[in-house]
Amino acid sequence: MLIFENVCFSYPGGSPVLEEVTFAVRNAEKVGLIGANGAGKSTLLKCVPGLLTASGKITVSGIEVCREKLADVRRKVGYVLQDPDNQMFMPKVIDDMIFGPVNYGLSREEAEAQADKVLEDLGISRLRDRYNHRISGGEKRMAAIATVLAMEPDVMLMDEPSSSLDPKNRRALINTIKKLDKTMLIASHDLDMILDTCSRVVLLDGGKVIADGECGDILHDRELLEAHCLELPLSLL
Amino acid sequence: MDNAERALLDLRAMDELASMDSPYHRLSPLSKLVMTIVYILITTSFHKYDLTGLLFMVIFPLLGYQFAMIPVSTCFSKLRGVLPLVAAVGLLNPLFDRVPVFRIGRITVTSGMVSMITLMLKGVFCLMASFLLMATTQIDDLCRALRRIHCPRVITSLILLTFRYTSVLLDEVSDMTQAYSLRAPGQKGIHISAWGTFLGQLLLRTMDRADALYEAMMLRGFSGEFHYAAGKRSSRYSWAVTLAVCIAAVTARYINIPAFLTSLFI
Repeated sequence: MLIFENVCFSYPGGSPVLEEVTFAVRNAEKVGLIGANGAGKSTLLKCVPGLLTASGKITVSGIEVCREKLADVRRKVGYVLQDPDNQMFMPKVIDDMIFGPVNYGLSREEAEAQADKVLEDLGISRLRDRYNHRISGGEKRMAAIATVLAMEPDVMLMDEPSSSLDPKNRRALINTIKKLDKTMLIASHDLDMILDTCSRVVLLDGGKVIADGECGDILHDRELLEAHCLELPLSLL
Repeated sequence: MDNAERALLDLRAMDELASMDSPYHRLSPLSKLVMTIVYILITTSFHKYDLTGLLFMVIFPLLGYQFAMIPVSTCFSKLRGVLPLVAAVGLLNPLFDRVPVFRIGRITVTSGMVSMITLMLKGVFCLMASFLLMATTQIDDLCRALRRIHCPRVITSLILLTFRYTSVLLDEVSDMTQAYSLRAPGQKGIHISAWGTFLGQLLLRTMDRADALYEAMMLRGFSGEFHYAAGKRSSRYSWAVTLAVCIAAVTARYINIPAFLTSLFI
């Protein structure tokens, strides 16, 4: 479970990016975090594993995010970064996949077995021994998700997972997200993907929660979306 | 393809070389590191006039490349930028040290010439050995090996992050150069008036990317230790090879093997 209580954040000398953000993501629930550019989606995600220090309270699987407990929190959180090139820093996909589990105490053999299982579940075993710089953008995105899943996180955060994917890879990603039985918070502008994968949506604007409710209710509300620089998902037009 | 892109490919090629499988690659990183350090120390300790004794030291890198299944030419082509600098060491020796040693036909070979060649060979051999280590050991394994010999964590982290940062830097240089050249057709390189902005932007962009990379590492439990490289344990085979190389190198240092072999026949 992921809980945000009165979370506020501003960059030094800047105006507030997040203001009194309060909502919770229940176990195994998939929540879409939507909003225009600069609404504070990525900032909010970064506060969860403590990459940014916000005021207020964030709790991940019962552990409060604070300096002393960062290692425990990061063990529970899997963060799929916006740019897979930043996520994949080892030479091969398999090296990247075992990086996290081995850092958290698994032996290399155990980590490889875990990685193999994830690759098989995602149907991308062919990428196992490929070099990161030799795989396509779509494959890299799937591999980035695999590196996070290999850590068996309780909560997954995804920042614009479908950006720069072609339709086929985007569909594969949507199917993968739907298959995963994890607590997820997905920040995206791709409202069609959110409609396909999430049961609930939180709409942010100017760092504030504007709406929080059923995916169908919010994503069908043309007036609400347009008032906050968004538009209806293409499939609903 | 611009220079930055070419350099980036070169850097990635090193990763690919290090991921190959060969008898030399299978040696443990720590034993390869120890072997290389001992080799470099002994090679550099040869007397400046001991050219014939030094020649024996070429055997280690040559055999190493054979067992690693990497052509020696790869080393020379990748290090083409550095080799002239190494070779330039001792270039002035013949001017200052003019004591005649022997003659080849009409040419008098001076001790300055001998010491120049010795210094050049020392540099080239050491580079060959270092490249062999880099081409057969992944950077993370190398850093792990350095930690095992109690190299401070800050240094190993620095080495690792510099390696990662270099690829990020080259990536950004390549992107920015392409973006520039697309909007400055017919211009060769980047105009001097744009250098300041270009470098400033490059610094900011690479800092952002490097930050993101470091965050990605921290999010997956990185704390400066190289646990994920720990699986490659030292084997008896690795240490036997290391011991053999060290004994051979020490022997070559104290016994002039080429001269000894020659004396057997002449």
